[in-house]
Amino acid sequence: MLDNRHFIARRAAQYFKVGDVVNLGIGIPNLCAEYTEKGIMFETENGLIGVGDAATDIMVTDRFCDAGSNPFVPMPGSSVFDTAYSFAIIRSGRMAATVLGALQVSARGDLANWATPNRRFGMGGAMDLCNGARQVIVAMELTTKDGGKKIVNECSFPLTAERCVDHIVTEQCVIDVTGEGLVLKEIRQGKTPEDIQAQVEPRLIVADDLKAMEE
Amino acid sequence: MAEKIVKEHKDRRLDWGKVRSREEIISCFHDGQIIAVGGQAGCNAPWRLIDCLMDSGAKHLTIYSIDCHDPGIGIGKLIRAGRVDRMVTTHMGTNPEASQRMLSGEMQVELAPMGSFIERVRCGGAGLGGVLTKTGLGTVVEEGKQVITVKGERYLLEEALHADVAITRARRADLIGNLAYRGTGTASHPIMATAADLSIVECDLLCDVAEIAPDEVRVPGVYIDMILA
Repeated sequence: MLDNRHFIARRAAQYFKVGDVVNLGIGIPNLCAEYTEKGIMFETENGLIGVGDAATDIMVTDRFCDAGSNPFVPMPGSSVFDTAYSFAIIRSGRMAATVLGALQVSARGDLANWATPNRRFGMGGAMDLCNGARQVIVAMELTTKDGGKKIVNECSFPLTAERCVDHIVTEQCVIDVTGEGLVLKEIRQGKTPEDIQAQVEPRLIVADDLKAMEE
Repeated sequence: MAEKIVKEHKDRRLDWGKVRSREEIISCFHDGQIIAVGGQAGCNAPWRLIDCLMDSGAKHLTIYSIDCHDPGIGIGKLIRAGRVDRMVTTHMGTNPEASQRMLSGEMQVELAPMGSFIERVRCGGAGLGGVLTKTGLGTVVEEGKQVITVKGERYLLEEALHADVAITRARRADLIGNLAYRGTGTASHPIMATAADLSIVECDLLCDVAEIAPDEVRVPGVYIDMILA
């Protein structure tokens, strides 16, 4: 059985289609690559489309590392570009999806993921990705480690972008952000909509075709 | 023909004078300078040039860099030594010391979205005053900036960044300062190298003129003042 992090990553990866170019954030999002079919290419914002397998031994080089400093082997068909070009690609809508972690997501789909009151991580490329990617997928555990709510009415942490999130994938459920509000689309076996509702602030709309998440 | 070009340039090699000693480069750094540092994710950073900056003793520096490296390493070494007054950067996640110094007020930090940051630097090296982007609208990034409407769409005006000295790293450099890169070792280097009054590059491989084919040159030597081979 998969742990929560891998379970979330596997579900989030199901949004990708053959031919897509996708950017994965650090942490759970990065695990999506392990559950992706052939024909999807990953972008790393430091300047490459076509991130391949982790590099080992003699293939390890400073010249092929992802944004989390992990060395990789570029796959056939890769392309290299500088940071300005990288964000031109991102802002202009060429990225089919971005998968990011979140500290908070609001009922309207606002995302906060770069700063808390006690720590400033910096937004890195997240603001541009949320502005430019065609789908913004949040991959995160439903609550904080001590059970605090992360899906909230209004974000109290600094925003990454307003109204940008399309899907929220957690270890207990999948929630879509729609014009009507947050729609509970899928739920983990053994959980009820009431269980999920108790862990989020905004009122959830339960989809007519609510599905069980694949174990 | 190629032989003739190589011979001609070899005869004139001293005239270019871009390959400099470590001591000459150290003497270029002074208190209060703005330094643009190339690289991302702590890979392929201009480690040797950062050491030159460290050894120069220059303080009250402003640093432009995509990230802040690790605590006590690279830029993190300058930060730990209290040599940096101000940073314009996009990410401090790898260096909690930078975040602590920001929150305690010891170091002023302007956090910028990466795409906007690099476009501002690009403008600084391209004779432009700034760039319009939607990134950052509705966030703290918008504070204090002009919002400009073009064809009914709202954009933030992000102003150009220009440094006193750029320190970057290339895979290959020739004696004229033409630069070539490899893989994600490219990152912000070719942009940062353009956006300073004095552009210093460290190279892994120093090449003869014409050894880097014209089509492979990413930064033309016209931008480069000094090379640390």
